Amino acid sequence: MEFPRALAIPLAYMPLAAIERAAGLLFQRVLKEHPDLFERLGEYKSKRFAFLPSDLPLAFIVEPAGPSIRVTRKQAMQDLADASVEGPLFLLLALLEGRCDADALFFSRDLSVTGDMEAMLAMRNALDGADIDLPRDLSRLAGPLAPLFGEMGRDIRRRALNGETSRWN
Amino acid sequence: MELICPAGTPAAFREAVDAGADAVYCGFRDETNARSFPGLNFSRQELREAIAYARRHGTQTFVALNTFMRAGDEEIWYRAAADAVALEADALILADFGLMAHVAERYPEQRLHVSVQASASNVDAINFLVDAFHAKRIVLPRTLTIADIARIAPQIRCEIEAFVFGGLCVMAEGRCSLSSYATGKSPNMNGVCSPASHVRYRQEGTELVSELGDYTINRFPAGEAAGYPTLCKGRFDIADSPAYAFEDPVSLDVMGEIDALSAAGVSALKIEGRQRGKAYVAEVVSTLKKVLSAGPEQRTALLMHLRGLSEGQKTTSGAYEKRWR
Repeated sequence: MEFPRALAIPLAYMPLAAIERAAGLLFQRVLKEHPDLFERLGEYKSKRFAFLPSDLPLAFIVEPAGPSIRVTRKQAMQDLADASVEGPLFLLLALLEGRCDADALFFSRDLSVTGDMEAMLAMRNALDGADIDLPRDLSRLAGPLAPLFGEMGRDIRRRALNGETSRWN
Repeated sequence: MELICPAGTPAAFREAVDAGADAVYCGFRDETNARSFPGLNFSRQELREAIAYARRHGTQTFVALNTFMRAGDEEIWYRAAADAVALEADALILADFGLMAHVAERYPEQRLHVSVQASASNVDAINFLVDAFHAKRIVLPRTLTIADIARIAPQIRCEIEAFVFGGLCVMAEGRCSLSSYATGKSPNMNGVCSPASHVRYRQEGTELVSELGDYTINRFPAGEAAGYPTLCKGRFDIADSPAYAFEDPVSLDVMGEIDALSAAGVSALKIEGRQRGKAYVAEVVSTLKKVLSAGPEQRTALLMHLRGLSEGQKTTSGAYEKRWR
């Protein structure tokens, strides 16, 4: 499933600083839940990784050495990353959780990868080796409302990935 | 029959155990195993925890030390063997005769399996390894037909494990130099086939172009399923038309023949894919467990949806049902 176009269009006009702040908050939350997330990267920790949702006008640049996340418009991202992966947002999120097999998505041409393949392979394996569950991990930001937000997140995930070659853990 | 399942990370290991693997095979995070890819494999502590997890669930752990030792650096492999023994691995999967001799002499109680990388494919070779190093199991190279296996099985003095699902190369395990030719690195010596450091992908118009070292491996038109950037599955200009010189981008699936494999003497079925993600491991292991307990008429439907996870989204029975000379 692609990210709804009606929601994607406004992102092209929203201030990048606001999007980056939101992305940074979520990124830090995931890192708090998984402090060893980038341990498997080894020597590739100093590389910059671009995640390019094909259904959004944005690029998300992750620098594990920081660790930090940067958001930019796609047309402005040239040379900002050593390795890039591009695909629909929900598939990228599924990869982040290790719920879809990256090789299978590559075979089916749902994902494309460019740049430093060794670094990207290390990142793929690092993410796959973690136990990220975005609805669980991120809903903790909602304090006492965490169960409600967690359930909403799981429902969105279920609908978004329905029909994909994936298995819900 | 036992189902032997791959794991490249502790997360994939747990998925394999939870999905019902009889044994999980894995390797250390170094060049001692034939899947030494960045970010993959186990630290000593991770393997200790994985073995404990497997034991609690009645699953065995096999440790692959299946690259060939580099002269002068044998200590790397000896140390890995010592650690795997100390961690109480249920079996070591070995390819190098020198390492087999070392393990057989130093750790005579340790169960030893012969890796597919040893390329032992006839009665004399297999029985030599049984007699010399007390090998308890042979993982057969994917060069034999089911009829070949049936002829060999009664004459050898160890168990037979056969690959039934997953990646398939040109069936010259342990002897393939294609990756080495293109990149200087091979699965046999370095644990990497077509190392990612030498792989490039680029979009050229509507085509996805894959390159390995100085070689263009393939050009996939829009909509065509892609494959790994290995020389053995490259599409080259042959007599002015593009064609696969060695083999197509395709994966092995011989699960439809498990009755015949069992009758031939195979006691363990192996899934390839330590480099694949935990979602792949979970899906394939749980499906193949169902296949093992399903009747022949139900197997095709169960196996059908695994095709989407396979290289090139196609599968083959390879040499098991050899129809070529």
